Amino acid sequence: MKKTILGALTLASFGLPAMAQDAMEVTLGVLNDRSGVYADLSGEGSVVAARMAVADFGAADKNMTVEVISADHQNKPDIASNIARQWYDQDGVDAILDVPTSSTALAVADITAKANKLLIDSGAGSTSLTTDQCQPTTIHWTYDTAALAKGTGGAVTARGDKKWFFLTADYAFGHSLEGETMKIVGESGGEVVGSVRHPFPATDFSSFLLQAQASGADVIGLANAGGDTVNAIKQASEFGITQSGQSLAALLMFITDVHALGAETAQGLVLTEAFYWDHDDKTREWSARFEEEFGSKPTMVHAGVYSGTMHYLAGVEATGSTDGDVVAEWMKANEFDDPLFGKGYVRKDGRVIHDMHLYEVKTPEESTGEWDLYKLVSTIPGEEAFLPMEGSGCAFANEG
Amino acid sequence: MFELLGIPPQVLMGQLLLGLINGSFYAVLSLGLAVIFGLLNIINFSHGAQYMLGAFVSWMLLEYLGINYWWALLLVPLIVGASGIILEKLALRRLYHLDHLYGLLLTFGVALIIQGLFRNYYGISGLPYQIPSQLSGGQNLGFMFLPNYRGWVVVASVIVCFGTWFVIEKTRLGAYLRAATENPTLVGAFGINVPLMIMLTYGFGVALAGFAGVLAAPIYSVNPNMGADLIIVVFAVVVIGGMGSIMGAIVTGFGLGVIEGLTKVFYPAGSAVVIFVIMAIVLMIKPEGLFGRNN
Repeated sequence: MKKTILGALTLASFGLPAMAQDAMEVTLGVLNDRSGVYADLSGEGSVVAARMAVADFGAADKNMTVEVISADHQNKPDIASNIARQWYDQDGVDAILDVPTSSTALAVADITAKANKLLIDSGAGSTSLTTDQCQPTTIHWTYDTAALAKGTGGAVTARGDKKWFFLTADYAFGHSLEGETMKIVGESGGEVVGSVRHPFPATDFSSFLLQAQASGADVIGLANAGGDTVNAIKQASEFGITQSGQSLAALLMFITDVHALGAETAQGLVLTEAFYWDHDDKTREWSARFEEEFGSKPTMVHAGVYSGTMHYLAGVEATGSTDGDVVAEWMKANEFDDPLFGKGYVRKDGRVIHDMHLYEVKTPEESTGEWDLYKLVSTIPGEEAFLPMEGSGCAFANEG
Repeated sequence: MFELLGIPPQVLMGQLLLGLINGSFYAVLSLGLAVIFGLLNIINFSHGAQYMLGAFVSWMLLEYLGINYWWALLLVPLIVGASGIILEKLALRRLYHLDHLYGLLLTFGVALIIQGLFRNYYGISGLPYQIPSQLSGGQNLGFMFLPNYRGWVVVASVIVCFGTWFVIEKTRLGAYLRAATENPTLVGAFGINVPLMIMLTYGFGVALAGFAGVLAAPIYSVNPNMGADLIIVVFAVVVIGGMGSIMGAIVTGFGLGVIEGLTKVFYPAGSAVVIFVIMAIVLMIKPEGLFGRNN
């Protein structure tokens, strides 16, 4: 009897780890913007999405203990790098999720590769993640600038709006989005009649919009993001630009931005997204659960974090490993069929191939609620939406 | 036809007018700062947050109480001004005898707290606020399309700016105010309640920020960072005009708006820094500012 009590005490003093000894421990780090311009489209919502994935995957029943932690990288590469290093070296993080802002994503991708962990990026847009700066341990889930350019640029030009004027945020992301779209416009038989680069961030766009108006373009392409896009669209409607026959194409816009504008101002706008909550029954069901926990509808970035986490956990379960290269290999070898993105696969260079959708913002008459904002124009098959891997500049993917 | 550096005169006229419109915001905001600094010697770093508060309170009045833009134009400055009075009474009052730096740090801290709270509750993307129906649409001026609302912004700002200048520089009340800042003890000896006057002055300066916030709500994105983006430029305007100079703040506000507008045509990439370049030059040549008194 005495021995039993002693044994029980000894066991208790070791606590849970003793009982969970054979359970696999996985730690996921959601690293994103929690206070700045991208806080609404990524932020806490991505943490909620990751937790939902852990619960839906049923980690507990599969003898896996999955912990989700989070941090604010403030959109700064140096802060993101420090957090990533600390997470990998000291906190036992196995994979980093989300990471919006291309510069931070590229920094984290590098550190992840060296630590042999995994980066599943949902929030960043740069194609560099899977082209010239690709890593075997980077998986780029949701969208990239090439897919956005292809979707919006291609569709708008094909619709008959041939002459483009670009309003471009004056930093790397804006330039790259402008460049990608110009290429697509040229290939689709359109022409670029001018462009202006505005400081980032900017509040007043009236001056630039007037230049765009005077250019005689059919369509004004907004190669900017977040608050800049919202302000530009708000002011374009005020200056009667959309009413006078010129149309606007937002090259990167999230549903949170459209929500901020309201259907009255944003109506008729064409944009490309990988995910919309009201797409089908499965997305509606998931988004309703998300909204219950988080308080608003999910963006495509949130959806990407969820799907990426699901596929990752499946990989960890199948391989019994959390090594970055092992899990990455499994994730690339096995296709997924996902409630949010449909059927898709991870290409060798880390680019996730899934369908992209072109949407048009509803008019206030068509919209039945504050989040009922899009109608589907067309779906672009994943194979066409993203850049081809051949000749992309990703060395390890193209050899052998 | 006459062209300047390849820019047709129509475009130039349009840009001048747009510059004037943006200058209106600079003028109203820098005026509030100048009033507060000139009369209280407080560097009000929470001015941007109070401007944001103005836009948010307008949105709240409409969203929760159904109160329209015109009432907001009257009520919001009162509400935001009242919040300023509370801040003055509870905190700022205790700092008047200390160095400027303490007031600056306190108001900066307050700004961060207000912005953080709004970010937490309303997120970062912003909220929609429509232009009032009476002012939607616009006029075709031949060289540009002028939205009615922008025209209204200029008119409203000019009235408020010159009204303020008149009260402070030309009326008995203004004379008391100016006297109270020079020598509060002496003015108090004449039976004037100096602390009350100072408190109301701060409230008025803050109310001006709230007023600018209402003007901005329909055209700029109503989000928690809207003030933080603007406040640095407005401080530069105040420095160029001369710290504490009422007329300086108004004239440089409109003037720099125009210069910035022109930069956006000739060299768009420079439009974000042109005001700071001017500030640096002014500080080198006339450190007290264009309209500042050298004391």
